[in-house]
Amino acid sequence: MINLKSKDLLGTKDLSLEEINLIFETTKKFKEVLARPIKKVPTLRHLTVANIFFENSTRTKLSFELAQKRLSADIINFSSSVSSVKKGESLLDTINNILVMKVDMIVMRHPNPGAPHFVGNNVKIPVINAGDGTNEHPTQALLDSYSIIEKLGEIKNKKITIIGDISHSRVAISNIHLLRRLGAKIMLCGPSTLIPKYINEMGVLVKNDIREALEWCDVANVLRIQLERQNEKYFPSLREYSQYFGINKKLLDSINKDIIIMHPGPINRGVEISSDVADSSKSIILDQVENGVAVRMAVMYLLSFYNPK
Amino acid sequence: MKNISKLFDSKRLEITIDRLCQQIIENHKEIENFILIGLQPRGVYFLDRIKAKLEKSLKNKVLTGYLDTTFYRDDIKSKTVPEVRETKIPDSIDGKDVVIVDDVLFTGRTVRSAMEGIINFGRPRKIELLVLIDRNYSREIPIEPTYCGIKLNTITSDRVEVNLIEQGFKEDSITIKSNSND
Repeated sequence: MINLKSKDLLGTKDLSLEEINLIFETTKKFKEVLARPIKKVPTLRHLTVANIFFENSTRTKLSFELAQKRLSADIINFSSSVSSVKKGESLLDTINNILVMKVDMIVMRHPNPGAPHFVGNNVKIPVINAGDGTNEHPTQALLDSYSIIEKLGEIKNKKITIIGDISHSRVAISNIHLLRRLGAKIMLCGPSTLIPKYINEMGVLVKNDIREALEWCDVANVLRIQLERQNEKYFPSLREYSQYFGINKKLLDSINKDIIIMHPGPINRGVEISSDVADSSKSIILDQVENGVAVRMAVMYLLSFYNPK
Repeated sequence: MKNISKLFDSKRLEITIDRLCQQIIENHKEIENFILIGLQPRGVYFLDRIKAKLEKSLKNKVLTGYLDTTFYRDDIKSKTVPEVRETKIPDSIDGKDVVIVDDVLFTGRTVRSAMEGIINFGRPRKIELLVLIDRNYSREIPIEPTYCGIKLNTITSDRVEVNLIEQGFKEDSITIKSNSND
């Protein structure tokens, strides 16, 4: 049986097809575990995992924490807003202080792209990137693809449109790398100001018309407008954005096609997606959340086989 | 020098499975309250054969399931990722008589992890163990079979090889390979 090649999971960019399939096969097994009357297995009882979050998170943090608990790992949680980082401690000092407490794995979110890579290069234990600025969010992309496969059977040659704020989205970048490796056709759709200039060099199509983008695709992955990362105006108003790029039932009904709707959350209802679409039978948003726990269990389980010797 | 001796061929295997089934029937009066759980991978092949025989004898359906013990093992810290196979257990095993089915009982660690796995699906009334081969003097955990095809006196370096038709072999063959000159 193969193992993951790298000590860390920092992005989807360098994952081989073999590694992705291993993660998905393992995810399937953990989904079965999560359907049992007792959902806890003792598999990682020998590990202590540190969840180090330098940026807000609800879903990802909860999902990782639940995955760790289901695997019987011990957990320590660190949040920068209530830590000595506020007192001026450096990132590496913070990490080294956590490491001397005999931690075996780090799950890390940071607003600066590359921060988990820096930590990964400086520690001997596995580091999982739970989102680094606008760079990557590998476990989100993995659970997105897993959810698509669960719904459609496969991803190869399927048409996936990613809609919204691509420029500030680590979810979009991780999804593009992963979906390309899995053989999907990808289109990006959003205001020109929120689509990176040379993105088509990643082998994706770009459209600015939401109707055309939806008519083309099998799956629409709708992203949130990341106002917290925008320090200038990229479009006149949220209301205008919603009118041009928001997905609502009327728009979907006018397209004679069954499209699967996804969203990584948190949703801004009424901005990028309306409630009647987010809560419709076409939406697999809650499946994504459910699959997130199993995907993260699989990733931590597989990385636990990394041997520093 | 390696000594190879054949323990079972198809004919002998069938006779032994027949006997094991009769012992199960003798011990279990309420067949509807009874479930066989095969351990992945090879225990499942025996499970299928035992199920077929039991159903023929009893003229009734026998409840079965299968379990992969990987997530419950105590040697999970190995260097390579073990292959995890499918687990499928009927909805509830609360109050049922469970018979764990496996091919070889060696150290007992697989059966220990299987019992831990099984109680995650409910609280059985009783758990029993059926094995085709019980390797004496190899136990690391105090576990003994309830039903046993054959007891063998082996040393740790001996290898029991189970090749079954279900695995793609032309015929059933269960052999023991020993390095000793005895």
